[in-house]
Amino acid sequence: SHFHLDHCGALPYFSEMVGYDGPIYMTHPTKAICPILLEDYRKITVDKKGETNFFTSQMIKDCMKKVVAVHLHQTVQVDEELEIKAYYAGHVLGAAMFQIKVGCESVVYTGDYNMTPDRHLGAAWIDKCRPDLLISESTYATTIRDSKRCRERDFLKKVHETVERGGKVLIPVFALGRAQELCILLETFWERMNLKAPIYFSTGLTEKANHYYKLFITWTNQKIRKTFVQRNMFEFKHIKAFDRAFADNPGPMVVFATPGMLHAGQSLQIFRKWAGNEKNMVIMPGYCVQGTVGHKILSGQRKLEMEGRQILEVKMQVEYMSFSAHADAKGIMQLIRQAEPRNVLLVHGEAKKMEFLKQKIEQEFHVSCFMPANGETTTILTNPCIPVDISLGLLKRETAIGPLADAKKPKLMHGTLLMKDNSFRLVSPEQALKELGLAEHQLRFTCRVHIQDPRKEHETVLRVYNHLKGILKDYSVQHLPDGSITVESILIQATAHSEDQGTKVLLVSWTYQDEELGSYLTSLLKKGLPQSTP
Amino acid sequence: MAAHLKKRVYEEFTKVVQQQHEDLSTKKLRLTKPSKSAALHVDLCKATSPADALQYLLQFARKPVEVESVEGVVRILLEHYYKENDASVRLKIASLLGLLSKTAGFSPDCIMDDAINTLQNEKSHQVLAQLLDTLLVIGTKLPENPSVRMRLVEVACKHLTDSSHGVRNKCLQLIGCLGPVEKGVAKEAESQAAKDVQKIIGDHFNDQDPRVRTAAIKAMLQLHERGLKLQQAIYSQACKLLADDYEQVRSAAVQLIWVLSQLYPESIVPIPSSNEEIRLVDDAFGKICHMVSDGSWVVRVQAAKLLGSMQQVSSHFLEQTLDKKLMSDLRRKRTAHERAKELYSSGEFSSGRKWGDDAPKEEIDTGAVNLIESGACGAFVHGLEDEMYEVRIAAVEALCMLAQSSPSFAEKCLDFLVDMFNDEIEEVRLQSIHTMRKISNNITLREDQLDTVLAVLEDSSRDIREALHELLCCTNVSTKEGIHLALVELLKNLTKYPTDRESIWKCLKFLGSRHPTLVLPLVPELLSTHPFFDTPEPDMDDPAYIAVLVLIFNAAKSCPTMPALFSDHTFRHYAYLRDSLSHLVPPLRLPGRKLVSSAVSPSITPHEDPSQQFLHQSLERVYNFQHLDPQGIQELLEFTIRDLQRLGELQSELAGMADFTATYLQCQLLLIKALQEKLWNVAAPLYLKQNALASAAAKQILEETYKMEFMYSGVESRQVVIIHHMRLQAKALQLIVTARTTRGVEPLFGMCEKFLQEVDSFQRCFISEVPHMQGSFVDKLLDLMPRLVTSKPSEVVKILQTTLRQSTFLHLPLPEQLHRATANIIEPTGESDNPLRFTSGLVVALDVDATLEHVQDPQGTVKVQVLYPDGQAQLIHPKPADFRNPGPGRHRLITQVYLSHTAWTEPCQIEVRLLLAYNSNKSKASTRIPKSTWSESLEALPPSENGIEGTIPFSKPVKVYIMPKPARR
Repeated sequence: SHFHLDHCGALPYFSEMVGYDGPIYMTHPTKAICPILLEDYRKITVDKKGETNFFTSQMIKDCMKKVVAVHLHQTVQVDEELEIKAYYAGHVLGAAMFQIKVGCESVVYTGDYNMTPDRHLGAAWIDKCRPDLLISESTYATTIRDSKRCRERDFLKKVHETVERGGKVLIPVFALGRAQELCILLETFWERMNLKAPIYFSTGLTEKANHYYKLFITWTNQKIRKTFVQRNMFEFKHIKAFDRAFADNPGPMVVFATPGMLHAGQSLQIFRKWAGNEKNMVIMPGYCVQGTVGHKILSGQRKLEMEGRQILEVKMQVEYMSFSAHADAKGIMQLIRQAEPRNVLLVHGEAKKMEFLKQKIEQEFHVSCFMPANGETTTILTNPCIPVDISLGLLKRETAIGPLADAKKPKLMHGTLLMKDNSFRLVSPEQALKELGLAEHQLRFTCRVHIQDPRKEHETVLRVYNHLKGILKDYSVQHLPDGSITVESILIQATAHSEDQGTKVLLVSWTYQDEELGSYLTSLLKKGLPQSTP
Repeated sequence: MAAHLKKRVYEEFTKVVQQQHEDLSTKKLRLTKPSKSAALHVDLCKATSPADALQYLLQFARKPVEVESVEGVVRILLEHYYKENDASVRLKIASLLGLLSKTAGFSPDCIMDDAINTLQNEKSHQVLAQLLDTLLVIGTKLPENPSVRMRLVEVACKHLTDSSHGVRNKCLQLIGCLGPVEKGVAKEAESQAAKDVQKIIGDHFNDQDPRVRTAAIKAMLQLHERGLKLQQAIYSQACKLLADDYEQVRSAAVQLIWVLSQLYPESIVPIPSSNEEIRLVDDAFGKICHMVSDGSWVVRVQAAKLLGSMQQVSSHFLEQTLDKKLMSDLRRKRTAHERAKELYSSGEFSSGRKWGDDAPKEEIDTGAVNLIESGACGAFVHGLEDEMYEVRIAAVEALCMLAQSSPSFAEKCLDFLVDMFNDEIEEVRLQSIHTMRKISNNITLREDQLDTVLAVLEDSSRDIREALHELLCCTNVSTKEGIHLALVELLKNLTKYPTDRESIWKCLKFLGSRHPTLVLPLVPELLSTHPFFDTPEPDMDDPAYIAVLVLIFNAAKSCPTMPALFSDHTFRHYAYLRDSLSHLVPPLRLPGRKLVSSAVSPSITPHEDPSQQFLHQSLERVYNFQHLDPQGIQELLEFTIRDLQRLGELQSELAGMADFTATYLQCQLLLIKALQEKLWNVAAPLYLKQNALASAAAKQILEETYKMEFMYSGVESRQVVIIHHMRLQAKALQLIVTARTTRGVEPLFGMCEKFLQEVDSFQRCFISEVPHMQGSFVDKLLDLMPRLVTSKPSEVVKILQTTLRQSTFLHLPLPEQLHRATANIIEPTGESDNPLRFTSGLVVALDVDATLEHVQDPQGTVKVQVLYPDGQAQLIHPKPADFRNPGPGRHRLITQVYLSHTAWTEPCQIEVRLLLAYNSNKSKASTRIPKSTWSESLEALPPSENGIEGTIPFSKPVKVYIMPKPARR
């Protein structure tokens, strides 16, 4: 779904080492940026940590060769039945939500997404695709963030104040994603306020990735798309590459350093250098996992135990600002409202918080919501539609019956369902008989109705005839010469009762197809004839 | 270009003659009329294939049809319609019927029956739809005929069951446009169609086709616009449509809900899933708020816009639109107000501002009621941070309108508006600054808000800064620190962008006069006075010092204790500024000084301020000079012109008026001077020098008259006459001068004729005004016209000379408002010593940034001229998109001028200036000609007069240093 390593980190392992040989789909920016990150990941794990049994550079290349790039809203037919479609997800450049569809059953997997636009990306968007299941991330299940502008203003103010009093600002970020947004934010601010303090970005993979940010303009937000002709916003004027030696330079500066949770690498090194001075500031723009230095200082710890039993006293200011590009609770609800799924499944979050959101969802949308633990299987009942072929003749004949045809409303039809060779067909009964080589059987109902009438048989018949004719004006009622009456195809005959001449027995006979009219007729006759003058 | 224009003028000219020819022979025209329909008939009969017929019809449709022949044409078309088998041809015929019935003056009731009949047998859905469209045209042409309308509506109702969406669409449209609006009519007719139109339309809200659903809602809105009161029952139907799958349906439904909420604001609707009820307008507000987070941005814009006009909504709902976190809190019972309030402040959700506060808190009683759907809260927060700037702008506008009507809401939305000042798109920033200005009466800025507002002063966009200055003009600041902060920031701005000077001074003027008590404690610090020591006198020409003084003097106006704090030089500076910047510095009651304003009696209203009086008095004096001797007249004119010019410099609001009259008087002065030359009495060849003077005067008068006509906005026809009259005099002068200097009669013939033609055209153009011009040049000339036409050129000249001398000076009436078009080139500044280097033969782009004031239609008239040192001039037409309109009467030109030249040996300066192009063809005079005389006067106008084009430079030229280098090989 996007290039973050918690979403695609095991891809080469999966395809090259485990042996997955199916297709791999990605959006264009993801396909471009993903190998850079994977390579970096491999370098750190193999070269620095000395891990063996890890995928090689060649494997990354091979894996990437198998990737098929997809466009937004392009429906890709994976095989005869399975189709996928990508939707814009915000979050990072090229992030996508995927709709996976077989027949009329579908699942939407959101990956990570963001419902509030930021300085470089737009908001996630999905149409009313009404999937059977929406699998949504729920990182911020219990948070509803303040307006984005408040956050931006606070951030800029804090940075500005620190720089003005000569302090240094450390912003630990992950190389791609938030970093670019914050860069744009600071860059424009610097330009507008005409500030001179240097901004550094710890290099490495960033430069290569920035190149791609400049290229994939169509994936960015309205502002960047509209102004890139004059100037590409990703061509920074004030932001320069960082060198290790700069950290000891006197005077104010702002440094973006990786990684974002202060657990290792350059950001931790710089943090150790600057932590002792209360003029300095560290701004944590995102989430920190428990156990990392980031998490510790955010929880208010002022004395940190570093490796080698050193104690590091943190005097610098610590600020937290949620710039993380995940949807907040309101955003998740908004996406559910847009997509109108029949079931929701929450992943990518903390159980306690998810439980809370789950309740909210069930309460608000009245859909069932699931939150399986890792390894747990959830079974969801769906109501799949089964497509059936119908011959045009039958369709026309059946739709002509009854009120005005309303193409999009369900309609009842009569026919015979043939299930043969894994295919369903609706055919007329005659054809079904013919195809199956069966003889037609007729089902006839016969009913005797006793009527008290002293007159002669043919007179009774006449009376019945007149009576029916009077009531059933819309049907063809006929009096046949052999003394019987037909109403449509229903036959009525009258005979005198063998024992009681005063009682006439009316024999009513109808086929199965005329059941409705037949039973109506009998009930009519059972009420007796009107006491009219002969 | 000129040649091309001339050609066009000739073309028009000849065309006009032809028309008149037709008018004369009306009989002939009538003969040709039937032939038109006949020709069509023949064409259609000739057509062998449908494609041919279609071609003929298409050609036919391009030409207009006279009113009288419409019916005939319609009959023929109908005849073919019945014969035609091809649907596309029938479609074209049907559309032609509609077009024809639109013809002005034609009453289509005679063809209505036929049109309805054609409907009966039509099978093609497209043709049916087109026919219904035609009927709609017919119906709208007959607004006074209810029975026709009834019939048409009936027809439409019949076709509502058609299976094609197009037909149903048109039917609904027709019902919407023609359906009976008054109840009485429906009863009278008592036909079936008189059934409730609303119900018929309402039934189609659930149509299977989204286009039909949209059409149904639109028809309903149409009915509303025509004055029918919609039923409240529709509300629930409309609410269901808000969840439609299609954006156009949702968009229309939002509108419908808005309409209903305006119709029945106070009625009560139940809340689903509970037995509580709320006001309809509140419910509708909640629903529309909900749509602000819709999936489609079109709907979002629509919803955000409409929110602004729902002013009856309860404040308690209104305020929820500014808080996203209320999501759960909206479920609250009216009986449990207290608990709800607690929830407001605590919030079930975390804000993401603090680390670790997002652990789930206690659950809230889920039995509580959903008052408005949860999506509604924070509607504005969503709208303001939408990804599309269109939505953001709409939200800002809505915020503005709601805040204007509710002071408490204004207070609350302030933070959000201030945040919008940092939007990434300039338009949004600008809009939010304007909004803030509009609601500034209701609010007082806190210091931190002011801080954020003032930070924007460093913005590089001039529009933004100026808007912000205007905002500061009418802001209320609560503390003296605030004032100080504002002043400091404004001065910073002044040093950074010196061009903002005027705007900043004006801003400080208002800031001072609004907050006298806050300025008072700051005065010693601002003037840097010291109780014991004398401080150096600041530089009087320093814009920053002037800015401080403007603030203080304006505050001092309503704070009499302040002048006691001034030092001596401050008083001197006051006197100087009061004179030089009188519009910024108010009159002050200063100790030991005679107050200027005390001389003016307080009874005089501000409208008649002394300068205006002065203007009128001096003009009065000039117009009564008849009895003075020539020398005296000249002197008087000279003095008055000088006075007026000075007045224009001092009083910016009277500048237009003063300049205008000064120019006129200048013309008169030139004319008088020229006529008093002695050359008239002596033989011509001896006084060549004087001749040159007189002809130069004539030329200058001509130029000045063009300036008067085209450079001022607000010139009325009365002035145009006088201007043209002056021009005519100048032309007469020219004629006389040439007559005296040239030998031979031949060239004079032509000139005389031309002049007479001009007199003639003047008479035609201003026939109604001539009676008011007693004793003037033209008045006398017209009396003598018969003689002039017959006499020889030499005699004509003689007559002209005497009339010119005898004629009186015309009184120039002044219009209410008169503004001179001005332009000021901000960039390039012309101060750079670094030449702009470029390779010869290639182009270099020069950014030009200029402000234009009081220019009408700048897109068409303003040009940029570049003058090279070799005398070569280049005229550039800026693109229409380069002009921006920041305020009424003001424009801003931001464009690029491409320069190129051959190689120079050293850098040299080029001149860039703005020109105002005019074309006497488009002059105000000719647009004022009454319609009836249009063709005549056009004919009479000689083509040369028709097409006089020219340019008036109206900005100071700016010098740019450039250096084209020879190309390197």
